[in-house]
Amino acid sequence: MSAPAETRWSRLSQFWSDFRQSPVAVAALIIIATIVLMAILAPLVAPQDPYNQEALELFDARLEPGEIGSGGYVHWLGTDAAGRDVFSAILYGLRTSLIVGVLAGTFALVLGGVVGLIAAYYGGRIEALIMRVIDLQLSLPAILLALVLVAMLGQGLPQLVAALVTAQYAYFARTTHGAASAERRKDYIEAALSTPIPARQVLFRHLLPNALPPLIVVATVQVANSIALEATLSFLGLGLPLTQPSLGSLISNGFQFLLSGRYWISIYPGIALMLTVVAINLVGDQVRTILNPRRSR
Amino acid sequence: MSEAVLSVQDLRTQFKTRTGMLNAVDGVSFEVGRGRILGLVGESGSGKSVTGYSILGLIEPPGLIAGGEVLLNGRDITRLKGDELRRVRGAQIAMVFQDPMMTLNPVLKIGTQMIAAVRAHDRVSRRTAWERARDALAKVGIPSPEERLDAYPHQLSGGMRQRVAIAIALLHRPAVIIADEPTTALDVSIQGQILAEVRRLADETGTAFVWVTHDLAVVSSLADDICVMYAGRIVETGAAADVIASPRHPYTAGLLASVPAEHEPGERLPQVPGSTPSLSDLPPGCAFAPRCFKAGPACTTTPPIQKFEDGRTALCHYPIESNSCQPLSSTSTTYRSAS
Amino acid sequence: MIGFLIQRILQALLVIVAMSVIVFLGVYAIGNPIDVMIDPASDQALREALIHRYGLDLPLIQQYFVFMNNMLHGDLGESFIYRLPVLSLIFSRFPATLELALCAMLIATCLGIPLGLWAGYKPDALSSKAIMAFSVLGFSVPTFWVGLLLIMTFAVELGWLPSGGRGPTANVLGMNLSVTSLEGLSYIILPALNLALFKLGLLIRLTRAGTVEVMSSDYVRFARAQGLSEGKVVGLHVLKNISIPIVTVFGLELGSTLAFAVVTETVFNWPGMGKLIIDSITVLDRPVMVAYLILVVFLFVLINLAVDLIYGQLDPRIRVKASS
Repeated sequence: MSAPAETRWSRLSQFWSDFRQSPVAVAALIIIATIVLMAILAPLVAPQDPYNQEALELFDARLEPGEIGSGGYVHWLGTDAAGRDVFSAILYGLRTSLIVGVLAGTFALVLGGVVGLIAAYYGGRIEALIMRVIDLQLSLPAILLALVLVAMLGQGLPQLVAALVTAQYAYFARTTHGAASAERRKDYIEAALSTPIPARQVLFRHLLPNALPPLIVVATVQVANSIALEATLSFLGLGLPLTQPSLGSLISNGFQFLLSGRYWISIYPGIALMLTVVAINLVGDQVRTILNPRRSR
Repeated sequence: MSEAVLSVQDLRTQFKTRTGMLNAVDGVSFEVGRGRILGLVGESGSGKSVTGYSILGLIEPPGLIAGGEVLLNGRDITRLKGDELRRVRGAQIAMVFQDPMMTLNPVLKIGTQMIAAVRAHDRVSRRTAWERARDALAKVGIPSPEERLDAYPHQLSGGMRQRVAIAIALLHRPAVIIADEPTTALDVSIQGQILAEVRRLADETGTAFVWVTHDLAVVSSLADDICVMYAGRIVETGAAADVIASPRHPYTAGLLASVPAEHEPGERLPQVPGSTPSLSDLPPGCAFAPRCFKAGPACTTTPPIQKFEDGRTALCHYPIESNSCQPLSSTSTTYRSAS
Repeated sequence: MIGFLIQRILQALLVIVAMSVIVFLGVYAIGNPIDVMIDPASDQALREALIHRYGLDLPLIQQYFVFMNNMLHGDLGESFIYRLPVLSLIFSRFPATLELALCAMLIATCLGIPLGLWAGYKPDALSSKAIMAFSVLGFSVPTFWVGLLLIMTFAVELGWLPSGGRGPTANVLGMNLSVTSLEGLSYIILPALNLALFKLGLLIRLTRAGTVEVMSSDYVRFARAQGLSEGKVVGLHVLKNISIPIVTVFGLELGSTLAFAVVTETVFNWPGMGKLIIDSITVLDRPVMVAYLILVVFLFVLINLAVDLIYGQLDPRIRVKASS
């Protein structure tokens, strides 16, 4: 059942005009777009490939921001202990962080959405069992679950994403279940189910669309949470190894130099991390405000 | 004829919206005397509840009182602010709200809420306040008031809760109580009990009531006088019995005709055609004209207040004539319900 | 009420047993602790002897029952690394974490509720918008990063406070505490602030949402119509109403604060349980991991139970349901 293109388009433009009401959210969106673009274009924008060990000169180690290294260009954000250009490292680190965040967010969305829909659709014992497990999982902090899973699965990108998905899918499941089961109880669904219409048609035409708006909100926030969680794990030394660095491992890498006043090695990656996470949250906040059915004005 | 305790003069309340200012209350004037009950009647959206809130200064942004006076024993309370206003509310003028499920805080005991209400105005001990609360409950006909004070609102029936609300309003023997549809949410039998109780209280304590309602049946059995509101204005005033027996304004006549009790079973109920207009889109002149069976060419201009010899008024170019009464004049006067 | 209590306790027990199975399987299914414990060059006979000594040659289910049996007798095994009973190891670290978590909760509550009340009472004021912006920062910026900023600002640049460690402690009721001395306080203030930040953001949001809802309710209007002062309206009606969700969240968050302490303790080198578990994970010290997880789950279940009971006491509507 596809809505006519025109109404879909006008709904989108209505959404955009609501979104524009908040200049902060628009600014956050621009920041996200810039960050994503820079991460994608990292090989072109970065003055150095920070993980090509041969290109690194120990001679350039711990240069202050603004100094010119042996490469003949300015290290605007300084260099780290191995002579890596911090700016380049941030761009490459952003790539990893964004990939992890988006992958974990997407998989968690799909898994959680399916689990939530199944619970709402079947009801009864299956629903009770699934939601009991979900509630239990939600009562435990995500960081703890992720920590244990990483410890169990070992280091590496797929393992990390798997740990994040397991730690976070429950939010999606709860949200989907809430929205879908509210719809499930309405009379027209009962009516539709009593006709020979295939069940999956009911599932996808009626239950899923109703669960979508809250899911979008949760998804934006969870992508930011995944990025933050990955950074935290990497900072604790349990995430990605330095050969495949994310923002978290860059910050961790510079932590030891913080006390000796060489702040730039971890502070600049940290600022990049903070900008990304806060910007995504601000956009998510505005989307939540727009999609909130109880919105008064 | 005693002095009016409450005199509302040309009250105007506006709401700021995206499309501009809405006149929710547009020049409303009336008076109530000691021990009298005034029925303020209108459909939802007519501005009757907003009038009630405006009198107590309970309008919050985006609403504001744009003009007029509310004279309580001769003092204009619309100009009061902060603590001065606080000391008038509850002490000299009180209010009872529509839904008794919502007006009492569900997580506080009745006693806690009543003691707070007593001590808002009188510096007395908790013990004294508790005793006064108990006596107030007894006065509105609540059995075993001590136990009720120890109960939470959800443990009481709707009728009981509304009696509690009335008891709270009566705590400081205010001169006036504004009651905003207080019986609408209740069963008809409970409603009858409460109406009888209110009538008795008005007679015994001398408290004046402004009874805001959409229900003409309630007003006819309770009120001394009636003001009918439509689209933010008062369109007809008069003694309750007179207005109900022979309405002057076509709108009042329409309302009365659609009361089911007046008709034979099976008979089709006459209705006022159309629906209440949106305040943002009022026709020029008389707001009721598009729905009025008597509308004429003059109705596109603002109607005059027509005054009749029995003290009644109607805001209409073509009021319904009765055999005995002819319009006396078209001067602008306020209705007095003081006797 | 008694029935309600028994039902909840049974549920809690079930959760603990279920979690113990999951944790046991999860942690024991991976890695080989023997490889960690002994020199890879040592001979096969020594290996076999060790495997037998730790019961690792038994079927998994039998290992689980041995483990459960020991646990019921208060024995959660011995750390591979420290060669100490894990329970005493964890409990020796517990006071430091508990003290940190409680200080963080205290900071979050004392700041969060007044700020949230203000933001909800005057939702359109500029100050309220600033508070809300701060709360977004509070729960979206990763904890470890804020910790770094705190260290950089207050320890490195300003030099006011120590950058990490616990400093001197005094023995109070058998627990070593920092808060009893001024110098101890100077060590705990930054980590506590760091740990508080997330809760602070959450508490501000929660308090604000509750306040906005209550302030627009009919009973607040009615209270104002009775001539109650604004202070009384907030103090009596708003505080009582928002206390219910706040106590709930406070209770639930106490557990997650203990868990989140993992990060703060690492950043500030605070010698608590969190630091212990991170160290154990890096060296695959299984008994410590298992014991820590089971204790945390136990703590969570206990806290949830307590919150449920307090919740019933606070909200009269639930109390009636529970007793009938």
